[in-house]
Amino acid sequence: MQARLEDVTMRDVRERATRGSPLVIRGMTVAYDRKPVVFSVDATFRSGRITGIIGPNGAGKSTLLRAALGIVKPLAGQATFFGRTLAGSRDRVAYVPQRASVDWDFPARVVDVVAQGLYRRLGLLGRFGRDHEDMVMSALERVGMEDFSARQIGQLSGGQQQRVFLARALAQDATLYLLDEPFAGVDAATERAIIKVLKALRSAGRTVVAVHHDLSTVEEYFDDVLVMNVRKISDGPVGTAFTTEALDTAYGGRLERGMRDPQRARA
Amino acid sequence: MLRDALTFQLGYNATLVTVAAVLLGIAAGVTGTFLFLRKRALVSDAIAHATLPGIGLAFIALALSGHDGRHLPGLLAGSAVTAMSGLFAVQWLSSRTRLSEDAAIGAVLSAYFSLGIVLLTVIQTMSTGRQAGLESFLLGSTAGMLLSDAILIALGGLLVVALVFLFRRPMSLVSFDPGFASTSGVRLDRIDLTMMGLVLGVTVVGLKVVGLILIVALLIIPPVTARFWTDRVELVVILAGAFGGVAAWLGAGLSASAPDLPTGPLIVLVSFCLFAVSMALAPRRGLLSSFVRHRRFQAGVHMRQGLLALAQGQPIYEPLTIRLLKARGLARADGMPTREGTIRAARAFRDEKRWEVARATPELELAAARYDGLTQIEDVLTVDQIAEIDRRIGPPEAVQ
Repeated sequence: MQARLEDVTMRDVRERATRGSPLVIRGMTVAYDRKPVVFSVDATFRSGRITGIIGPNGAGKSTLLRAALGIVKPLAGQATFFGRTLAGSRDRVAYVPQRASVDWDFPARVVDVVAQGLYRRLGLLGRFGRDHEDMVMSALERVGMEDFSARQIGQLSGGQQQRVFLARALAQDATLYLLDEPFAGVDAATERAIIKVLKALRSAGRTVVAVHHDLSTVEEYFDDVLVMNVRKISDGPVGTAFTTEALDTAYGGRLERGMRDPQRARA
Repeated sequence: MLRDALTFQLGYNATLVTVAAVLLGIAAGVTGTFLFLRKRALVSDAIAHATLPGIGLAFIALALSGHDGRHLPGLLAGSAVTAMSGLFAVQWLSSRTRLSEDAAIGAVLSAYFSLGIVLLTVIQTMSTGRQAGLESFLLGSTAGMLLSDAILIALGGLLVVALVFLFRRPMSLVSFDPGFASTSGVRLDRIDLTMMGLVLGVTVVGLKVVGLILIVALLIIPPVTARFWTDRVELVVILAGAFGGVAAWLGAGLSASAPDLPTGPLIVLVSFCLFAVSMALAPRRGLLSSFVRHRRFQAGVHMRQGLLALAQGQPIYEPLTIRLLKARGLARADGMPTREGTIRAARAFRDEKRWEVARATPELELAAARYDGLTQIEDVLTVDQIAEIDRRIGPPEAVQ
């Protein structure tokens, strides 16, 4: 009886510590054909911060995100969003997949893609009304794409496609934004526009988690980092977790000297 | 004769066949759109071929229990059962083994079809009568279609169209971006199953009219045709239904006016003609318009490069460039500019410089991305923005 009570108390303490957190990942393991690509990763993402998931190619960063979102089936582990299962908090979670993961020759215009962000509001048969149109346009304005609303998505540049994907997530009006490589292969103007939007989200108290691979911008863009290579290597505020040792472990000493030292990268 | 057929003046049977075919054509086109967008068009071929053993088994069951072996609803129910097992076989093979979906389709399609053919041969040796005509499910046969058959096909077609309308949003979401769809709460497996269920419905309903070998054409050709004409999912769906319906109407009409021609293959041929015409002539995505656009763009780039060369007094080496400049009276045969050419060259040079400044200005970077060598910067930036650029590059130089 005594032991049981203790168990309950322990669980209580742990839950209280993480209850407010937008995303808690526990023991996440994903394997393809017996080869683990993510192994037993625990992470707690803090509310109102921009967190970067950092690591080399093939480190399982995107897979971690996709497993947390239930897009790939993990071998073990679980993710809780705002202390609940994903199913119970879908309205508060927006996901921006990798741009290259879809076929941009799909018959849709920019507005049609952004309107997909309203799917949960509209349901199967809900009428797409004036206020929905306004939501789509204001999302497009926030990423500077309002002039492109009637364009066929196949005619967009890579950076513009990425902005459209971000606008679709903004239309969802979520509390937690999960972005998979939002800066990959985009032009400098788009990169600036995106980080501006992410920082505005943070100012509005929203939480942002982004998979990222460009080490030179980590300190400028992120408050917290999760450095990983299959396993978690370090996590926490950039100042304490984004260290030379962590990067050496993650990249196996394959980094250029200038990149290896975050202090120097900042200067 | 054809006009009579198309206006339903050719008698009871021909009218029944035409109405049933048109509804089937619409249902197939509409359903096929999502199959095509989901890039799983050929799964329908596996489903179609997997209907054959079901037809054979249903006939045997009906005949042995003392019923008429050619009872259409019974045969279709049997075909649906094996078609479904064929679909699950493809899905299991492609998700649980290392086989890719196309290989799984090939294996399942041929195995089921062979089983079906063996069953049909066995049926030929059975003593029960009325087994003749089962092979008509291979290519369809509309002769002797009953009113009840036509009603079955029509109701099936309408039901399919209604379900596509109901599930259009999740189906297009899943077709475009399955990952995002799943985080939006769409159950991928259920929507995929719905999509394939609709395909299965169309296939089973279409067995009598076009047969199992050609049903895949009705599902795939109309959406592909429609895609040439529009960039919006909703319109692709509607146009695919329209093309499917028109092809069925014309095909059934042709076959009714020339009695020995088969309905199914004619519908498919008409459908293909619509496809060929669309591929050639559609605006923007058609071959002709792509060709014209490419040549126009090429000419534009040559003109631009030529004018920039003239403005900087550089020689022009490319014969095409000189030819184009000469044809527009901007240069002489020796490559020297005419007076008009000098003016146009100066203008092009200034436009190029303005673009250069725009590219280097962070606020204008997005607009500058629209540079293609042909668009004038006046069409992209406001008068104020251009004035600001001009302030930086100085006033235009006078042309001598």
